[in-house]
Order: sequence, then structure tokens, then C-alpha cells
Amino acid sequence: MPGIRCSLLPALSILVGLAAPAGAAVFEPTAFELDNGMQVVVVENHRAPVVIHTVWYRIGAADEPPGKSGIAHFLEHLMFKGTEDIAAGEFSRIVARNGGRDNAFTSYDYTGYIQTIARDNLELVMRMEADRMTNLRLAEPDVLTERDVILEERRQRTDNSPGAKLGEMVLATQYLAHPYRIPVIGWAHEIAELSREDALAFYKRFYAPNNAILVVVGDVTPEEVRGLAETYYGVHERNPDLKPRKRPQEPPQIAARRVTYHDSQVREPSWRRSYLAPSRASGETRHAVPLQVLSEILGGGSVSRLYQKLVVEERVASAAGSYYDAVALDLSTFTIYAAPVPGGGLAAVEEAVDLVLVNLLASGVTETELTRAKDGLMAAAVYARDDLNQAPRIIGNALTGGLTIADIEDWPDEVAAVTAADVLAAAKAVLDERRSVTAELLPEQEG
Amino acid sequence: MNACTGHVGLSPTSPRPSPPQGAERENRRRNGVPLRPSGGTGQGRWVAAAILMIVALCVAPARAADIQVVTSQGGVTAWLIEDHANPLITVDIAFRGGSVYDPGGREGVANMVSGLLDEGAGGLDSRTFQTRLEDLQIQLRFDAGRDDFDGSLRTLSKNRDVAFDLLRLALTAPRFDAEPVERIRGQILSGLLRSQDDPDTIANLAWYATMFPGHPYGRPSDGTVETVRAIEIADLKAHVARHLVRDDMIVSVVGDIDAATLAPLLDSTFGALPAGEPRPVPAADPFAGGMETVIERPVPQTVINFGLPGIQRDDPDWYAAYVMNYVLGGGGFTSRLTEEVREKRGLAYSVYSYLYPMDHAGLWVGGVSTQNARAGESVQVIRDELARLREDGVTADELANAKAYLNGSFPLNLTSSARIAGLLTAIQRNDLGLDYMDRRAGLIDSVTLDDVQRVAKRLIDPAKLLVIAVGRPVGLGG
Repeated sequence: MPGIRCSLLPALSILVGLAAPAGAAVFEPTAFELDNGMQVVVVENHRAPVVIHTVWYRIGAADEPPGKSGIAHFLEHLMFKGTEDIAAGEFSRIVARNGGRDNAFTSYDYTGYIQTIARDNLELVMRMEADRMTNLRLAEPDVLTERDVILEERRQRTDNSPGAKLGEMVLATQYLAHPYRIPVIGWAHEIAELSREDALAFYKRFYAPNNAILVVVGDVTPEEVRGLAETYYGVHERNPDLKPRKRPQEPPQIAARRVTYHDSQVREPSWRRSYLAPSRASGETRHAVPLQVLSEILGGGSVSRLYQKLVVEERVASAAGSYYDAVALDLSTFTIYAAPVPGGGLAAVEEAVDLVLVNLLASGVTETELTRAKDGLMAAAVYARDDLNQAPRIIGNALTGGLTIADIEDWPDEVAAVTAADVLAAAKAVLDERRSVTAELLPEQEG
Repeated sequence: MNACTGHVGLSPTSPRPSPPQGAERENRRRNGVPLRPSGGTGQGRWVAAAILMIVALCVAPARAADIQVVTSQGGVTAWLIEDHANPLITVDIAFRGGSVYDPGGREGVANMVSGLLDEGAGGLDSRTFQTRLEDLQIQLRFDAGRDDFDGSLRTLSKNRDVAFDLLRLALTAPRFDAEPVERIRGQILSGLLRSQDDPDTIANLAWYATMFPGHPYGRPSDGTVETVRAIEIADLKAHVARHLVRDDMIVSVVGDIDAATLAPLLDSTFGALPAGEPRPVPAADPFAGGMETVIERPVPQTVINFGLPGIQRDDPDWYAAYVMNYVLGGGGFTSRLTEEVREKRGLAYSVYSYLYPMDHAGLWVGGVSTQNARAGESVQVIRDELARLREDGVTADELANAKAYLNGSFPLNLTSSARIAGLLTAIQRNDLGLDYMDRRAGLIDSVTLDDVQRVAKRLIDPAKLLVIAVGRPVGLGG
């Protein structure tokens, strides 16, 4: 990765996810807890002499104090600026000198740190990661320079991209009260005011072993990980002042909302509609897995209803589909998107989507669709096991999103149990236009 | 609700399409918002083409002894690494010859073919073919780059025979029915129109057009609105007939299958492909005149592509250049460019460089994005670093660190079937030999300070730098 202190892990959506044939577990992890409250999960995979060492903090952009948007992500960057033992910038250099790669990422519900390295170097990276859990030292000039870096990151990801700018407006419209309304990277004017003191205050408040999850995957045994974790993470004191994560919750949405954005850098319009939806951890959670199945049937591929209707049959769109993120600590969204064919307008697209939805809500889904969607979701788990990188992401995302190991491992069974009636009930509960935000991205208006 | 931007399909790690080393296999596939959720076509492809080389230069995985060379009765050869841990099979196919062979005025043919092979073949129309893939959870994808046309197949072992048969149909009997042809054409056109104002796309297209004037490498791989409109079904069929041929094919297989099972499948799947005949490509002569061009766009951040003529994969200086580039701009957080541009000055979120060895030319390519007001400063810092490298080479510490990383990180690319298959394909594609994985560490370790200095003098000349900047940069193009 080219100099990317990555951040803003976007939709791992389908990932938790991913699962195996019914009755089969997904990753068969070993989980335990250190005396200081740090959670540990190990997945053995001996395919290559490699380990992936990750630490996930139960702290993300949705936990930031008002007016300090972007501080979780800023701190993530600053975690590479040194401790008493490790000079600024040395962390990544040491990892690289030992043949490893490292990175970090921030989302609404978590902040994560990752190193991928030869198995023999697990102790090295664990020692350094444990060190910076409590011993961060920040020099003012490093902080100011890094603030410029994240402002460039914001320009690159968002300000240079009309679609991303509209995306921010959509979330700010979708969520009236909940902090999911604020971009993970932060508003530019607030980033510009973030200080060293803000970062350190956030760090002291939230970075502690009892707010962290260690996920190690690869050519290692749970016993080895336990010994090392006790040595390096076990020495840290728990933070007794950690509070439960309670964010302001959404009021009921009773009126449809619409966001329209014209931008001189847009040549072709696009359309999407998102609905406030339960997640596996929040709201009517029984609808979450059926919503995953629904998303596959409605817009998960080229034989999905939206693609077949809008792109193949009506030929009003060049792309159409849906996505839904089942893992979120608080309410999630279910989104339908479509891009009109060149020269086409948004009205025809929206009308066609509405027809698909009316038909769905009237007649439900067929057994053929149901079987195909469920088989596809369950096969995704087998594919996920094939890639060492998937397990830490899926597990860390789930555990910081209010789920348990059992929720991950039982997921295939939950998928297998979904009926056509469950899917219809979930669709009726969620796909209510009064709870939606419709977004239009359009070229600049003439004159 | 991990989606901070609310988009799907964004890479969770890097906003840049060019990891400096390591087989970022997945990145070869598709960037950006999926125009069609499974497979398909899209604006990401052109950028993705630039990623091909990463596979070419990295090299990673297993022990050479694990590789089995399987040759069928009919003479089709594949490299195989067996792994029965998961009930999965991954097949990687690469044909030599991508968009470089698109006929003039019909640029985008190879790309369009790649979007259509799974849209109906043999007795199966598009919908039937796609439904069969989805019903059996078979993943089949094709991609066209400049020099290559790639395919990949992933299947659960239990669906092995059907999966190989669908691959056979796609390669040997694509239908190109009117409906899917027009649909995919529409998707490609939509993608081209959508990317017309994307600063990254603008910079990329302009950079290659300037680097290779009059040569197929300078053309947009996906074509233009005009050329894609002009493509006829006969062009698509002609591409398949001429370029999907056995003599130019590489096959790599990883997973839950043994040699005895694979051999007859090679014949039944690929046996009907024609043998092929030589097809010349004009020698490419990268632009070395030095130029700084600004393309005005009303965006807050200037997107800058820069680079020089580089080096080909079979050049004796390859490993010296590879080590040199790691120190300069390939080493992620540890590179000189990152240190000077990002860490010391806060000028960018990402700055990188990589070697791009093509079949008929070599390039050294870099990129950076900086707010308009400081764009000129970024480029000056980069120029200074190039001059310093050319003048002084690298330090003994830097050389040692580079070798430690490039060798120590070798196994990291063994972590999925797709990465391993990509590696096997890269080794075959570059004729590196079955023992390459055993030899690689020695090749890197043998690079000396003098070698790096020599290759820096040979390649890194700031006066020849081609810079394309898109935005409203201050201090550039004057």
C-alpha cells in the first residue's frame, strides 16, 4: 500500500456475513479474555508461515465528542508518531525491516490496527502494538503536519469526488440525531481545529485493554497467542471509567427526504435511495439476516430483480443493485442504486425501481430466488476462509459492532433458516418510502 | 454501518491503485462503483491495467517443489499447486495480447470482449449462463489489460466439472448476442462518460497518450465514446479468434484438485482453442523529452501523474531497479518520497512510484495528489528526490532494509488461492522458471550499492520527467 495510512473502512457489508454451509462453523476461532478485560480471538490457518495481528478498539467516529469530528481517525494516524521506545515513524519502518506490512483503519464503530508478517515476528509486532496502547508520545510539529495529511486525505477521498460529497449529504440527511450523520473522516472545518490535546484526551479516555479486541489469524496456536498476549497486553491496567457506548438514537422517520446535488464535475446523473434499517445488533434485529437475503435477491448480481428489470428488460439503467450492511452497533441502512443509460433521466429509473418494489411487496420472493440467494451467501463463507485477510476483518468488525463470536459462527444456520415469509416481512418493515432518503446526483444546471 | 461514504466496492485499504510490491491480485479486478455487480465492465479497468505489472514484479509464495507442471494428453500445460484445506478451486488464465491489438478506430474491443464472454455461450443465452453461474456460486471473470487478456474461475470443488465447462464455453463459443452486446456497450459508454470528469482518469489517459504518441500503449484501453460506439460484433469475434489462442495461453490452478483430475479437464476445456500465429506489435519508444502539462479542472486537489521511461522485466538491471524503486517510492510508509512529501511536509496523503514492465517498453511511474496551492511544491520535492537519488544512490542501510523487506515479505502473498495463482501466472508469463521462487532471494541479495547507483543514473533523470497535473495547481506548467 502506497503510503496509505488507510482509514474509513467502508462497507464490509456482506462480510458478516460470510459463512459456510448450514451446520458448519465459519472460522472456528478460539476466544478468551485476559485478566484486564482485553478480549482475544485466534483463528488457526497454517497455509503459509504468516500471521495477521490486529487490534480493534471499540471506539469509532460515532463515539466522538460534538465539534471534534474526525478525531478518532486523526488519532489513528497519530498512533504512528511514536512512544518512549519507538521514534516517530519508526513503527512502520521496523515492521517493514522485518518483512511485514502494517496499516490502520477507522470506521463509525471501531478503530483498528493491522500487521501482516512472518510468523516468527508475531512477538515483535505484539510488543510494539501493546506499547502504543498506553505509551503514545506526541510532538506538536508532528501533529500539525499529520493534520495537513488528513486534510489531503479528505480532499482525495471526498472533496475531489462529487459522488462522495453527495454521500456525506445523504448520511447527514438519513440520520437526524445519530452520529452516523457525520463523516468518519470529519468535516473539514472541524478537522482544521483538531489539536494534540484533543487527540491525547481521546486516547486516554478510550484506548485501554478492556476496550480492545486482539484478533490473530494465521500460522499460530491459541496457546502461543495467549502466552504472548499475557506478557505484552496483560500488563496494562484496565480503564475503570469506560462507559457503555450509548449514542443519541434516531427519532422515528415519518416523512420521505430527498437530496439533490448538482456538480460541474458530473456529466451523467445517478440515483440512489436508502432506508433506515435494523442491523444485527440494533432495532428489529430479527429482520437483519432476512434483509441480507433480500439484498441478494433484489440487487445482488446480474440475475437480481433490479438488474434484470432496469438494465436487461426496460433498458433504462446501465447499472442497478442494492446493498445492506448487517453489522452496525446502531441502525443501519438498506440502499438501492441505479445509474441511467447514457442520455437517460432519473425519473424513468426511479419509476422502474418503484415498480420492482411494489411487485416485491405484493408478491414476495420465489423459492428459486430464495435458494439461490441463501446458497450464494453461504458459499461466500467458504471463499472467505480461503483468504487469510478475511477472518480478522470479519471478526473485528462483528465484535465491535455489538455481535459475539457465536453470532459469526451461527450465521450460516441463520441464513439457512430464512424463509420467503421472513424476507417479505423484512421488506415490508424496511422498504417504506416514508423512511427513505432519495439522492440525485446531477450535472450543473444550465444558466 | 462501516460505510463512511455509503458506497460499495471501495477498497478498504488504499485509495491508490498501485501498491508498490506484492501481488495485489484483487486490485487487478475492478475499482470503483460496480456498474454491474458481478463481473462486467467499467471505468475502473483502465486504471486496473496499470496494476498488471505489480503481479509481474512481485513474486512470492510457496516452495518451488510444490508446483506441479501438468501437461495433458492433448498438450495443454498448467502449473498446479494442490491445497485441499478448503473445497475450492481457483483457475487463472492469461492470454498474451490485450488492448494493444485493438484495431485503430475500434479501441476498446478487448475490453468489450472481456465483458461479454460470460454473457451467453454455446447453447446458453446470457440469462441462462449467468443464472447457472449464480446458482452454483461459480465466479467467472475476464479482464483486458494492454498486453494481457486474463480470466479467472473460482468454484466450489463439488461444481468443478460444470465450472470448467462454463469456462470452455466462454472461451471457445461466446455468442455475442445483440442484447448483451448492446447492454455491455451501454455500460462501457456510461462508465466512459462518468469518468470524463474524474481527475484521476483524466491524468492517467493524458499521461499515457503523451508517453506513447502514435503507439497502441498510448491509447485508452477501454476505448473512447466514439470508438466503443463503432465496434461491431465482427470485431469482437475477430479478437476471440485471433487472440484467445493456445500458443499464447498460460494456465495456473490452485486448490482442491490433483494432477490426474486436472489433466483431462485441460483438454476438454482448452483443447478446442486454435493454436495461434505470431502477431507483431510495433516497438514502443517512451517519451523522454521532459514535460510538465496542466489540465485545468475545478477541483480543490491537483492529481499529478509523473514518470519516466523505465526498464523491462528481462533487463539485467531489473533487480537493481526493483530495489532502487523500493527505496525511492515503492516502500509504502518507508519510502523516500513518502518521508519527504507526506511525513515531513504534509503535502499529500499518498505518494508512490512503481516499475511497470510492459512487453514492448518499460516505465517508471508515480503519482501524488496535493491541494492546488501546494501542488508545485510537491512536484519540486519529488524532483529534488530524483536528483538526489541519481547523484548519490542509496545508503547501505537503505539497501539492507530494502532487501530485508523484499525477501522477508515474500510469503505474505501466499495467503489466498487467488494470490498464489496470480504468482504462478506471473512466473510463467515472465519465463522466470520453475525454480524462480528458490532463486529470487539470491537475485535480490546480490544487488550492490554500485548496482543501484548505476541504475539510478541510467533511469532516474529529472530532466526527462513527464508530469501531468489535473486541477488548478499553483506553481506548475509555467
